[in-house]
Amino acid sequence: MIHVKDLSVSFSDVRVLHDVSFDVATGESFALVGESGSGKSTILKALAGQLPAFTGTLRIGEDNDTDRPFSARDRARQVQMVFQDPYGSLHPRRTIDDTLNEPLLIHGLPDRDSKVIAMLDAVGLPRRFRFRLPHQLSGGQRQRVAIARALMLNPPVLLLDEPTSALDVSVQAEILNLLKSLREEKNLTFLLVTHDLPVVSFLCDRLAILHAGRIVETANTEALRSGQLSSSYGQELFQRSVYG
Amino acid sequence: MITRGWLLSDDPETRMQARLGVSYRLARDLMRNPLAMVGLMIILALLLVAAFAPWLAPYSPVEGTLADRLQPPSAAHWMGTDELGRDILSRVIYGARITLMIVLLVAIISAPLGLLIGTVAGYFGGWVDRVLMGLTDIFLSLPRLVLALAFVAALGPGIENAVIAIAIAAWPVYARIARAEVLTFRNSEFLDAIRMQGASRLRIIARHVMPLCISSTIVRVTLDMAGIILTAAGLGFLGLGAQPPLPEWGAMISRGRSFILDQWWVATMPGFAIVIVSLGFCLFGDGLRDVLDPKQRSRG
Amino acid sequence: MSLLSVENLRVTFPTDHGPADVVRGLSFTLGRERLGIVGESGSGKSMTGRAIMGLVPAPGKVTADQLMFNGKDLRGLSEDERRDLRGTAMSMVLQDPKFSLNPVIRIGEQIEEAMAVHGTLGRRERRERALEALTAVRIKDPERVARLFPHEVSGGMGQRVMIAMMVVLEPALMIADEPTSALDVSVRGQVLDILADLVSRRGMGLILISHDLNMVARWCDRILVMYRGEIVEEIASGALMDAQHPYTRGLVASLPTIDETRDRLPVLDRGKL
Repeated sequence: MIHVKDLSVSFSDVRVLHDVSFDVATGESFALVGESGSGKSTILKALAGQLPAFTGTLRIGEDNDTDRPFSARDRARQVQMVFQDPYGSLHPRRTIDDTLNEPLLIHGLPDRDSKVIAMLDAVGLPRRFRFRLPHQLSGGQRQRVAIARALMLNPPVLLLDEPTSALDVSVQAEILNLLKSLREEKNLTFLLVTHDLPVVSFLCDRLAILHAGRIVETANTEALRSGQLSSSYGQELFQRSVYG
Repeated sequence: MITRGWLLSDDPETRMQARLGVSYRLARDLMRNPLAMVGLMIILALLLVAAFAPWLAPYSPVEGTLADRLQPPSAAHWMGTDELGRDILSRVIYGARITLMIVLLVAIISAPLGLLIGTVAGYFGGWVDRVLMGLTDIFLSLPRLVLALAFVAALGPGIENAVIAIAIAAWPVYARIARAEVLTFRNSEFLDAIRMQGASRLRIIARHVMPLCISSTIVRVTLDMAGIILTAAGLGFLGLGAQPPLPEWGAMISRGRSFILDQWWVATMPGFAIVIVSLGFCLFGDGLRDVLDPKQRSRG
Repeated sequence: MSLLSVENLRVTFPTDHGPADVVRGLSFTLGRERLGIVGESGSGKSMTGRAIMGLVPAPGKVTADQLMFNGKDLRGLSEDERRDLRGTAMSMVLQDPKFSLNPVIRIGEQIEEAMAVHGTLGRRERRERALEALTAVRIKDPERVARLFPHEVSGGMGQRVMIAMMVVLEPALMIADEPTSALDVSVRGQVLDILADLVSRRGMGLILISHDLNMVARWCDRILVMYRGEIVEEIASGALMDAQHPYTRGLVASLPTIDETRDRLPVLDRGKL
């Protein structure tokens, strides 16, 4: 569902990604773990189509047998993203209804009202919130809106950029549960970027550990749970996560 | 039935109710600012005077009685008469129409133009930004009145040309403001999100970027109204705006200048009108800014 | 004698629906120790720190039956006296160093400036003390860092500079409000290490305010758990897993662990609290 081969990215002569390759199967949940500056967010940006220049092969979504580059509209039907900051990712002057309607309007899809209501139900937002503005919602509720927006076009792939790191602990649990349920219901493929190993344990099947723009290790979550990561950097992250 | 509770509801049931609720909150906040209300009263008075000028004016604005020339204010002529014996009050009342027309036309032409140029420059950045802002800077570097003067000189005197000239001189400020506003949020995630949904650039600018700049533009235009009135008056004063016998306030001051020492009322009465109306727009604009643009709120 | 004793602290803000208590009747004492205050957003934990510092923004109101710091009653102090106290005897480390440092003044000068405002030290002495402070927060080449501008250092370094700036004044009480949440995970531990070390070596009192239960448990001697403006529970740091209150237990349970195998995380049932 996601195929990344020899992805390299440079920003003004500084190489931030070095020949990164990985594959994510349909319905799988895959994590990119690393510290800031490791290049994990850059990979996400490349897959989201927000990087103007890179080298290597990227394929995403169902229609991945052609080398024809995606148009922005085609890509939108295949992959959507949930951002880290629930306060910055919603347009401050548009109601929840506007925000959820927008992707349907862009793609000229019918039955907008019923789709919006169904999506509010699916992400656990009360229907009465439909015409609220973002500032009338809590952080967790906003993140639910962001997830709903990402799912409006029914893409098979979701990119999750630290989706719970800005949230309170108890709210994080709700959002993680929601993401897990949605993935099971809709057979979604997740690519999660995070620095939080316990979140990976809960939500993902496999993970890749990034350091200084290179993948140093790809492992099953089972290895993470039992502390059996093979790379020394992976072990370091594990130790830090467990013992601080 | 529309009640206060219905308008203030946190959970509006329809799009309509949500929009009315937002407007109601704005109006309520505005009402709490007494100076803004004074400004609004002045603007409303201007509108009413302009609308009902033929009924309000006691005399004709263009025909005078030469026998009554340069009469001081009296019961018959509240603001006195000018050098052709025309009633100044009537001329000031009719002048409200001209002033209002100039102000509205300039706002309608220059605000959208400035908004469009500013948002496009700010959103696209790069060479588009450099070209558009270079252009803007050229316009900004010249004093507004001088620029308007140059355009009127090229287009020929007259009220329509004055409007076009003032509009051409006014848009760069709005473009600058809109661009600055766009730069504060052009890299924000809500725009990334909308790009990922496959929205076209036109759609992003028109539906997502512009609405965030509109309130600061409205505020700025309202505050600029005074400047527009003064520029129009300045052009009138120089004889390049409204032509006689149109009762434009600036032109009236200009004519009254010759008698300013002995017959002060001829120049002073339209001067009062300009000051009061400018003040009204300023006060209202300040109030609007406090309500629409909480970031720049002047008081705590 | 305790360094700080607080009794029935209340912080109230007026709202459209009448006054609302953000902090409701908080009582605790602090010795020369590390006290953690943990809670979620809206629990009133930050407002508690601000109330002690005298930094509650208008129109908020602070009342307390007792608010004693080092034998001094904070309640009756004028704004000037509070400001003097803030510089010297108590100081606060905020979330993001980027907003707390003056961007156009070199780091060394800013630290010296802090001393100049509150002390009587000579110029050379101030300089030495500033370099000492930078060394104390484990900056390897203090001479070089002192010459840099704030934007030239990383977030972790910036936060260390902030701490150095506080430390030169040798406050008796330090309040750190989410001091590491703007920092990269790898440097969080270092910054907290430095703070904890300073507390034990200089005999300061530290209040560490955070939403991060594990972090507070790791770095503090005692933890106050706040919920809706009240302390629901006080626990010794080692005893987090033995917490009694349903809110605390709910929080602990809702955190995923590194060996997570639960299918769903338990969610706080706010209705039952």
